[in-house]
Amino acid sequence: MSEIASKAPFADDAEDILSLAAAWRAAGEDVALATVTETWGSSPRPAGSQLAVSLSGKMAGSVSGGCIEGAVADAAAETIRTGKPQLLDFGVSNERAWEVGLACGGKVKVFVEKLA
Amino acid sequence: MTPALAQALAAARKEHRPVVLATRLAPPGLAGTQHLLPDPEAPAELNKAAEAALASDQSRTVTIGGEQWFLHAHNPPARLIVVGAVHIAQALLPMAVGLGFALIVVDPRRSFASPERFPNVTVLTDWPDEALDALKPDTRSAILTLTHDPKLDDPALDRALKSPAFYIGALGSRRTHAARLQRLRALGHGEAELARIHGPVGLDIEAVTAPEIALSILAQLVAVRRGAATAKKEAA
Repeated sequence: MSEIASKAPFADDAEDILSLAAAWRAAGEDVALATVTETWGSSPRPAGSQLAVSLSGKMAGSVSGGCIEGAVADAAAETIRTGKPQLLDFGVSNERAWEVGLACGGKVKVFVEKLA
Repeated sequence: MTPALAQALAAARKEHRPVVLATRLAPPGLAGTQHLLPDPEAPAELNKAAEAALASDQSRTVTIGGEQWFLHAHNPPARLIVVGAVHIAQALLPMAVGLGFALIVVDPRRSFASPERFPNVTVLTDWPDEALDALKPDTRSAILTLTHDPKLDDPALDRALKSPAFYIGALGSRRTHAARLQRLRALGHGEAELARIHGPVGLDIEAVTAPEIALSILAQLVAVRRGAATAKKEAA
């Protein structure tokens, strides 16, 4: 094939959060990655959606429509400090609903890990 | 995630190798352990579940041997192959960047197919049939012809119909399309195959301008990809 230019990003998702998080890490930042692992009902982002958080306050991507990003960022900061991964559970049946329930009535589990 | 694993995952994605990042979620004491699958060292059942996640293109949590694992499927990007580096392609391809497709435009007319006109797009100047033979469209490929020119569109549609592409669209009026179907029949394509072609292409939103036509085509492409009711209704 005579290929003139190949500059395509070839990401499996237009927002390639994983590469972005890795780039932050490579630049010396402390970074945690949050990933939606399970959803029920009308939660807005499918399993595999990711949010990258740096200790310096950078955020990219999303794990909901914006309802739980704040709480996930707090958990991410904790995971960066302790190095311990966390599995967070958000939804109407959970006591956290009082803090950060999903307005859509959906439920979502989010895994938070530190990039070593 | 360890640096070694992050690098292995990045390399696989760069090389367009389908892989699954498996993360143990429970029991809590063992949470965080990760494998990049397929991996002959990992449990066979985990490899099998990873294969299923890739086949369905869906990340999911599974329970294996009393342990919970999250399987994050990383398939190579779906491809959108556009034949015709024309005005509508110039409107359509930038819009498609955000939809997560790897973008390819094919046009042997070099004045049309200049890389400056198509940032973020792989530009091929082969004849469409040769380009499609080389690209080997699969079930995660969409093919769209935009030239209106039978000598470019027809060979592309012929190859598209011989491929398992999930979406085939052809720009042109009802009259153009009817004539096109006649020519494809002459090439030996049956009615069931020809029905795979979306033509006139795009959802009916009364599009007029090039960006509006691009939007209607991309909306249809997403509807078909996601199995939307509009796509099924149209096919019926």
